[in-house]
Amino acid sequence: MPKSWADLLDLGDRDAAAAAPSPEDAPKRRGFLRRLRESISTSREALAAELGSSLFETLDTAAWEQLEEALIMADVGARTTAEVVGRLEAEVEAGRVEGGEAARERLVELLAELAEAGRGTIDLRPDPAVVLIVGVNGTGKTTTIGKLAWHLRREAGLKVMVAAADTYRAAAVEQLGAWAERAGCEIVRAETGQDAGAVVFDAIAAAEARGCDVVLVDTAGRLHTRHDLMEELAKVGRVIGKRLGRGPSETLIVVDATTGQNGLRQAKAFAGAVDLTGVALTKLDGTAKGGIALAIAGELGIPVKLIGVGEDIEDLRPFDAGEFSAALVGG
Amino acid sequence: MFDQLSERLQGTLSDLRSRGKLTEADVDKAMREIRLALLEADVNFKVAKRFVADVREQAIGAGVLESLDPGQMVVKVVNERLAELMGGSGRELAFAARPPTVILMAGLQGSGKTTATAKLARLLIGEGKTAGVAACDTQRPAAVEQLERLGGQAGATVYSQGTERDPVDIAEWALGQARTAGLDALIIDTAGRLHIDEELMAQLAEIKKRTKPHDVLLVVDAMTGQDAVNVAEQFAAATEFDGVLMSKLDGDARGGAALSVKAVTGKPILYASTGEKLDQLERFHPDRMAQRILGMGDVLSLIEKAEKDIDASEAEELERKMRQDRFTLEDFLGQLKQVRKMGPLSSVLGMMPGMGKAMKELRGASIDDRELDRLEAIILSMTPEERANPDVIRGSRRRRIAAGSGTNVQAVKQLTRQFEQMRKMMKLMASGKMPSPESLLRGQLGARRR
Ligand SMILES: Nc1nc2c(ncn2[C@@H]2O[C@H](COP(=O)(O)OP(=O)(O)OP(=O)(O)O)[C@@H](O)[C@H]2O)c(=O)[nH]1
Ligand SMILES: [Mg+2]
Repeated sequence: MPKSWADLLDLGDRDAAAAAPSPEDAPKRRGFLRRLRESISTSREALAAELGSSLFETLDTAAWEQLEEALIMADVGARTTAEVVGRLEAEVEAGRVEGGEAARERLVELLAELAEAGRGTIDLRPDPAVVLIVGVNGTGKTTTIGKLAWHLRREAGLKVMVAAADTYRAAAVEQLGAWAERAGCEIVRAETGQDAGAVVFDAIAAAEARGCDVVLVDTAGRLHTRHDLMEELAKVGRVIGKRLGRGPSETLIVVDATTGQNGLRQAKAFAGAVDLTGVALTKLDGTAKGGIALAIAGELGIPVKLIGVGEDIEDLRPFDAGEFSAALVGG
Repeated sequence: MFDQLSERLQGTLSDLRSRGKLTEADVDKAMREIRLALLEADVNFKVAKRFVADVREQAIGAGVLESLDPGQMVVKVVNERLAELMGGSGRELAFAARPPTVILMAGLQGSGKTTATAKLARLLIGEGKTAGVAACDTQRPAAVEQLERLGGQAGATVYSQGTERDPVDIAEWALGQARTAGLDALIIDTAGRLHIDEELMAQLAEIKKRTKPHDVLLVVDAMTGQDAVNVAEQFAAATEFDGVLMSKLDGDARGGAALSVKAVTGKPILYASTGEKLDQLERFHPDRMAQRILGMGDVLSLIEKAEKDIDASEAEELERKMRQDRFTLEDFLGQLKQVRKMGPLSSVLGMMPGMGKAMKELRGASIDDRELDRLEAIILSMTPEERANPDVIRGSRRRRIAAGSGTNVQAVKQLTRQFEQMRKMMKLMASGKMPSPESLLRGQLGARRR
């Protein structure tokens, strides 16, 4: 059973009745599940083709090399790949894992263990719970916020506020505005000249006044090498801390699945500025496998929590480590 | 990547050298390091494999085994082959005999097409042409508004028709308008699309068919990983794009993916986007880029940038001083101010030879542009005599300057030392004796050994 929204969202003692999805969503959901199956099976097929079904039958040097190649081609990275394949090879040589099928299963397990670093849930217990969304330019922050706002309402009956704290990019506020309308949630926009911290401050106050459960904060895309912009982001974190007396309950970095090894540097740099609690891995509906998320989880202990599988509002779902790893290995 | 690579090779190979003669097995070990470095830079697995095989063959042929410094020899071969891989000297945009020249932008979601469209318009306008942009991304919320705003800022005519019309029709309409208006160029922004989305790829092909662009540019994010090659092959199949615009090169991504795109599709990289501001788009220079990735700096780009940003007569005066080695801390202060006009410190330093490692240290120590304030404060606390002749700055003077600038003796010492090194380098650069990449590299490696 893949991970469900109920598994992912930690609602604490919020009203459980409100958490039940409303029945009128049922037809929509069926379509949604079909889409998911389709998008997953295409990437599965691609991977299986790459690895070849015969790979795990032989387990000779060529097979190990081929396995390494497949993981590197999935952007897992040379270091993490060498570690995982090395461990599996040792276990096979020690006779602890026997036969091709067992080796395949063990590999999926090893990869899933890597991906499952840290706390896998999204903490929405505080009232209001503030979720800060960060990342480099164009990874899908604004879109993910639109989708998440919709899902939180549909799946858990939460009242959501989005804060348009991208005060830099042209038309960023209009973009989030369009998503807020689709998702049916509230929005706080910046007034001209306001900085990101001030918008977040206003949004929290508005959320409290209007009884919102969750505040999703959209921030401007920024390259992790820009000290000034990272400092500005840290300041947004501090504003939240000061206003609430605690930090954001979640700070998610949005990583594009097509990202290569630079993703690790991105995550490191953002973790230096704000307290990252998870990754949202977007654009998994393409052919990119998002292996960089494994490297991030493995090396930095930051787990993947959400995956984006398309541009429509329903195209977001809980990350399931077993399913993801199986897709990475194929079969 | 090659900052680390030259370090690694130096380590691997100089160890071996102390044992006497190198063997082929030793070379293989070095090749593994190169392969790893390439993969870390997101060079496509298959491209890296082929590249290493090539380098190995050439390295053995070039007599690396017998040479005194095999590490340097291997790096030299890698540098040469890399520049070759990236495509010799750059190609220009094709311009139409009868305007408007039509440029179609294509790429994945979030790769940076809209910003690149406005930047390209600005670049062409800066060259004295007239340009229009067409807002054909009707998919992403507020993409049209974004282009309207950025295109306007760039001084381009913006052709938009909201999000209800078909993008193919909008493109065709915009072309008609641009022709009537007699514009030199029309740049067509399109929605980001996945290379496996057949419907949208067909739409892109249709836009191409109807507008007959002179150049189709694929926008590739410098941070892309192994999948870049798949993406490029699919876009090539649908649109036969003519060149690549590499975006987000101002980060620390090594851009191996974009290089792989060149290797696999044979399409050159024409432009590099190096920041969020509209004027941060540059011609891509493959030969210079190889050196930049190798940590040897991009002296030519730096000089070009300086020429654009720095007052010409002042620059001439400076150059004269550099040549005559009369460059003082006073001049340095003036220059510091000029440099700050050129953009954030990190992007300027990244282009200076040998600064690759220094950059890392700067970042490690979390020093940014505010550090320049400190430098300015130190220089301002010196007497004119001290600025003209920093050699006189010793014990008590150093303490006075430290106190005056609110820094410490260590910082003052460091500044004067760095200034001395800088003066040497400037003398070389200004005298036209631009150090060859190899000698720069040697200097860098030498420094590391110390
Ligand atoms: N195919 C696909 N496209 C996505 C997904 N998530 C986001 N996108 C697209 O990626 C592009 C960029 O998304 P945005 O949400 O604007 O990204 P952002 O991080 O907010 O961008 P900036 O604010 O400019 O840094 C848009 O065209 C989105 O439709 C996904 O899961 N799959
Ligand atoms: Mg955004």
